[in-house]
Amino acid sequence: MVTFMGINLFALLGQLLVGLINGSFYALLALGLAIIFGLLRIINFAQGALYMLGAFLAWLALHHLGVNYWLALVLVPLAVAAIGMLIERWLVRPIAGQDHLYSLLLTFGIALILQGTFSHLFGSSGQSYPIPDALKGGYNLGFMYLPVYRAWIILVSLLVCAASWWVIEKTRLGAYLRAGTENPALLQAFGVNVPLMITLTFGFGVGLAGLAGVLAAPVYSVSPDMGANILIVVFAIVVIGGMGSIGGAILTGLMMGIIEGLTKYFYPEASTTVIFMVMVLVLLVKPSGLFGKEA
Amino acid sequence: MKRNTNTPKAGFKLALHCSVAALMSVAALSAQAATGLSDNKVKIGVLADMSGTYGDLCGRHCVDAVNMAVEDFGGSVLGKPIEVVSADDQNKPDLGSAKAREWIESEGVDAINGLVASSVVGAVAQVANVNEKPILISGAGSNTFTTKTCSPFNAHWTYDVVALARGTVKPLMDSGKKKWFFITADYAFGHALEGVATGIIESNGGTVVGSARAPLGTTDYSSFVLQAMSSGADVVALANAGKDFVNSLKGAAEFGLNQQATMVGLLVFASDTKAIDADIIGDMRLTTGFYWDRDDASRAWAKRFVDRTGAIPTMAHAGAYSSTLHYLKAIKATGTDDGKAVMAQMKAEKPDDMFARNAALRADGRMVYDMYQVRVKKGSERSNPNDLYEIEHVIPGDQAFGAMKPECNFK
Repeated sequence: MVTFMGINLFALLGQLLVGLINGSFYALLALGLAIIFGLLRIINFAQGALYMLGAFLAWLALHHLGVNYWLALVLVPLAVAAIGMLIERWLVRPIAGQDHLYSLLLTFGIALILQGTFSHLFGSSGQSYPIPDALKGGYNLGFMYLPVYRAWIILVSLLVCAASWWVIEKTRLGAYLRAGTENPALLQAFGVNVPLMITLTFGFGVGLAGLAGVLAAPVYSVSPDMGANILIVVFAIVVIGGMGSIGGAILTGLMMGIIEGLTKYFYPEASTTVIFMVMVLVLLVKPSGLFGKEA
Repeated sequence: MKRNTNTPKAGFKLALHCSVAALMSVAALSAQAATGLSDNKVKIGVLADMSGTYGDLCGRHCVDAVNMAVEDFGGSVLGKPIEVVSADDQNKPDLGSAKAREWIESEGVDAINGLVASSVVGAVAQVANVNEKPILISGAGSNTFTTKTCSPFNAHWTYDVVALARGTVKPLMDSGKKKWFFITADYAFGHALEGVATGIIESNGGTVVGSARAPLGTTDYSSFVLQAMSSGADVVALANAGKDFVNSLKGAAEFGLNQQATMVGLLVFASDTKAIDADIIGDMRLTTGFYWDRDDASRAWAKRFVDRTGAIPTMAHAGAYSSTLHYLKAIKATGTDDGKAVMAQMKAEKPDDMFARNAALRADGRMVYDMYQVRVKKGSERSNPNDLYEIEHVIPGDQAFGAMKPECNFK
């Protein structure tokens, strides 16, 4: 056991790694929220429920249709994105011009309905989803044993986050998206189908939640309230990162996972509240968030 | 002035008279109530976590078990019908006590069974004790119901933290495993279990090197497992139950903690054992109050239970059945459903059914009976999905539960 100034380094590194794993989920979910808010100005409270839906669809597909993990990893996010696009087209769009509060209440209502439906159908105890054979086992890192599946979560999440950031910030498509939020009328005048673009963006944002759901299914138990538990934390992360800042959401997600890990080592009792304490501090010092533009 | 100084004395006298009269009338009332059935029926409420962390270990199948007892009793007592109602407490004490109040005060419920999360039972007991209604605690573990907060109306049936800790901790200590770490459910039950187990460990020359408190219903135990790994403990004890036990043991296996230390579950229900891979839980030693494959009587009952529910019977299910049966027998013997009379009769007559062996309901409300130390069978030893345990030792009731504590001194 290696110690440094009374700190058990192995234990600390282990907690940091677990923090990074949790941070990967935070980053994926926060990214989806930030895209939807940043580009569409919709506060999507259904994000957590759609994450839960992703996990449940993967579980249902495995147990009733025999769809394996790898196929689910592709199909489920698409299915969740499709459901998201229907929600955007038929429920969110009619109130698009109204105050933010309307979309917040609407999506919150959708979240409650989804959660209640699954709770009614499957009970609130979790369903278990097996880890796919190819990702079983683990690596001995010396300071800890890293299960392969956890490493896989970090890898997928980082790749997806980086690719999303690159598309939005560095490509022509991303430029259209950003232009659409600045001045939709002008962009439409250039011949871009803005309503379609908004629907697709919403679909992409919630598709990320669906993906996070599939990734989470084998390690967390698949239960109706899994989304509600994580959503509040993810909202805090988006606020800390700066509402709408894409890169900010990703970095803050990972950072908060690590801060949580540190807290779990030094003072475990505070680990569930530390993110909110950081949020309060950030709001006091820099109300627009760490990476947000000054309002 | 004179009048003023006299008033308190006169008031005191008046109050004294009134309270004496009140006491007498209460006594008269309860004497009256001691014959016959209130509302011309016996109504049993089953309160439990129906679908959450503890849903499988008691839950809706505890309702089935209580119904089985009612049916086996003949469906009626003293010529009057027996009714069973149920509710989901979601492991929330406020919900549980509100439901108990509603049942007792406006729906004529005579006794409450089920009762799983100790925090909920604590809240329900307050309501039931004041109203003098028996509670038949079939699922909860905290020993406070027969010590600090004991009451003439508590019947703590299936097991408690003392029996679990004595049954499971002592043999491991004897095998030379002295350094312990706890992963504990962070509420009344977990704290009680950890406390009692710690007492046994320390009095036998062992040490507790650390403990991690995880909220009820935690799904990801990885950081708690890492804390346990870095503690260098010989034994990692899981002071939790239901889904918490399943998830924490799975987490331990995922990170290889079970290779490094002996994992032991302090409270394991058959439903949990069944939910975990035999590779992970095989060979674990644990303490239970019931195993279906013990003898012909338990096998016959279990077969009926499985046919009815499709689920494996746990000690909570069997306890709910046994306590209901004993409660109904007491009503039949006394001719009343009055809480005080029924509880006295339940303590006077020894429970004897497929669950309760060498049993007695002690004065403090503790049901003392034979417990079992079992070994979980490995996958290769199991002949069917419900073939889970091998009974290694029968732990006589007085050894399992210990002596009555002087803390409990109700009249």
